[in-house]
Amino acid sequence: MASHRKERPAEEGRLIETDVLVVGGGPAAGWAALSAAEAGARVVLADKGYHGTSGATAPSNTGTWCVPPGEGRAASVEQRFKRTAGLADRRWMLRAADQAYENLQKLVEWGYPFPSEEDGSLYIANLRGPDYMRFLRQRVQKAGVTILDHHPILELLGDDDRVAGAAGLARRNGASFQVLAGAVVLATGGCAFFERILGGTGLTGDGYLFAAEAGASLSGMEFTGKYTLAPHGSSLNKGLPFRWATFYGADGEVLRNARGEPVTNGIGGGERQVAEALLAGPVYARLDLAEPAMQDWLRRGQPNCFQPYERMGINPFTDLFRVDLKYEGTVRGTGGIRIVSSDCGTGIAGLYAAGDAASREYVTGGISGGGAINASWAIASGWWAGHGAARHAHRRQGRDGSRLRPLGTTGLRGTAGPAVDLAAAARTVHDEIAPLDKSYWRTSATLEASGRVLEDLWSRLNEAPTATGIERLQAREVAAVTASARWTVAAAALRTESRGVHRRRDFPGESDAQASRIIVSGLDRVTAVRETLALETAQEG
Amino acid sequence: MIEVISADRCIRCDICERICPAFVFDRDETGLPVIARQDDCQTCFLCEIYCPTDALYVAEQADGPTGITEPDVLERDLFGAYARALGWNRGRAGGTRNDPTRHIRVAQV
Repeated sequence: MASHRKERPAEEGRLIETDVLVVGGGPAAGWAALSAAEAGARVVLADKGYHGTSGATAPSNTGTWCVPPGEGRAASVEQRFKRTAGLADRRWMLRAADQAYENLQKLVEWGYPFPSEEDGSLYIANLRGPDYMRFLRQRVQKAGVTILDHHPILELLGDDDRVAGAAGLARRNGASFQVLAGAVVLATGGCAFFERILGGTGLTGDGYLFAAEAGASLSGMEFTGKYTLAPHGSSLNKGLPFRWATFYGADGEVLRNARGEPVTNGIGGGERQVAEALLAGPVYARLDLAEPAMQDWLRRGQPNCFQPYERMGINPFTDLFRVDLKYEGTVRGTGGIRIVSSDCGTGIAGLYAAGDAASREYVTGGISGGGAINASWAIASGWWAGHGAARHAHRRQGRDGSRLRPLGTTGLRGTAGPAVDLAAAARTVHDEIAPLDKSYWRTSATLEASGRVLEDLWSRLNEAPTATGIERLQAREVAAVTASARWTVAAAALRTESRGVHRRRDFPGESDAQASRIIVSGLDRVTAVRETLALETAQEG
Repeated sequence: MIEVISADRCIRCDICERICPAFVFDRDETGLPVIARQDDCQTCFLCEIYCPTDALYVAEQADGPTGITEPDVLERDLFGAYARALGWNRGRAGGTRNDPTRHIRVAQV
């Protein structure tokens, strides 16, 4: 019963014209596409993977920051603000809570099958990833959006003062295509720095590179010291079951904290001790604090978390199993493209950012974590960016696209220098960023050493011959991750204190004088400046 | 990562090839999926639940293959394990209405 191939091979040089191009395939991309379509725009969504399974949300089960309207909302914002290391913005938090709530209600109207509370009301504060993303894709299709699956964007197109399209390739055959658009939304997700986390291998910071090449800046890249527990060797960086874990050393003895108490709760107080122990050797866990009712809820409510155990043939509630702390970069850390307007504009005309591609500092400050407020940010920022892009495209109708040029650099515009082994380059970047002694704890010495390695790699990538065909994708992914690592190191070196998920062994305390965001920009020459100083300079200038 | 495609179970639709976010599969001339880019697999298990006949098996190790074979998967009843746990059936979504995660969220604080 062979069916017909539904994905036709792309023709070389295909040209598509549209009002709004959304780059990416996760929830922020879906909401941006729906929003732009609702505003009357023609929309193309181009995804590196498949819109519906791409990104970190689809394989997960995510809570949302679901705050109903009313008097409790201000209190909820205030309570959440205390957990942002002082760098969030209450106005943005309030409007994100409002927009996310409104859009969760849209899911109810559209018939998303939410579970019910005991009193029969719907429980909308949780979205199961595979179902949510499949549902969102169906809505995007119904809205008339053109979806290009397995069509990664490689670079933006623009002229001197605006972005007006993008160019990419079809993974099936490497054929090039271009989309001319009135505006572009980058919803490409965060950067996992080649760590094999759930839904993370395609999260290579592509949007950061595109935005920087167009002249935009990034913010919060030092808040990338984020790790989550997973069964050893697996992709399952989902911390929730570890709330009920006790941790053990290789000798089977329980780990103890400074007060002699057993180390427990791997998503709370226990995390740092587990990290310390992992520097010395293997660490084991057992979910032995979960009562039978909780065991049942965990198995049925977090079935993805239990796939590794089932496949290994162990019972995590009774058996010891080895754990890792998986590195999560800006997927759970907060850095990303700096947002400068309420419609998620980047400061570059025609270019918008949403979800993890954007800095989440306005709502999460210097601390993150998975799901919850991040899921709500994807919904809200996607919606705003879609509307902003649609409005911009409407104003720009009829503009001549003949002066557009490709904005891509590293990996696409090489020289005749020696070729770079891209797989080895990927390992090099990963090894400078992902280890616990590089990003859980930082020092000026480790940052300087990483900086030298990354500068050398960046130069070699720039001098390497231009990639061709399907290889252009890997060349650009390696360039984007290397650039993201350089921005991370620059921001982390400037922040000479510990704050949020940025921890300096050489500056263990928080410094009141550094309670401001750090902006990074530039490609061949990276600069990092404090936002307060940047604002003062702008006002004086 | 993805390790087993059951030629007996597979009905030669193109769903796994189309929905894989990491573009891991090609198909041979008979329409059978081929694991063409195994190292690109992100071990997300989603191809398993989209498969209408539970013909795919993703092993738990994300860094490299474990070497598990189709008879092992059958013997341990692991084909379709994730779909059953979610409440998905024959590639169709289902089961969110019975998701008890709200109890976990209340208790985690």
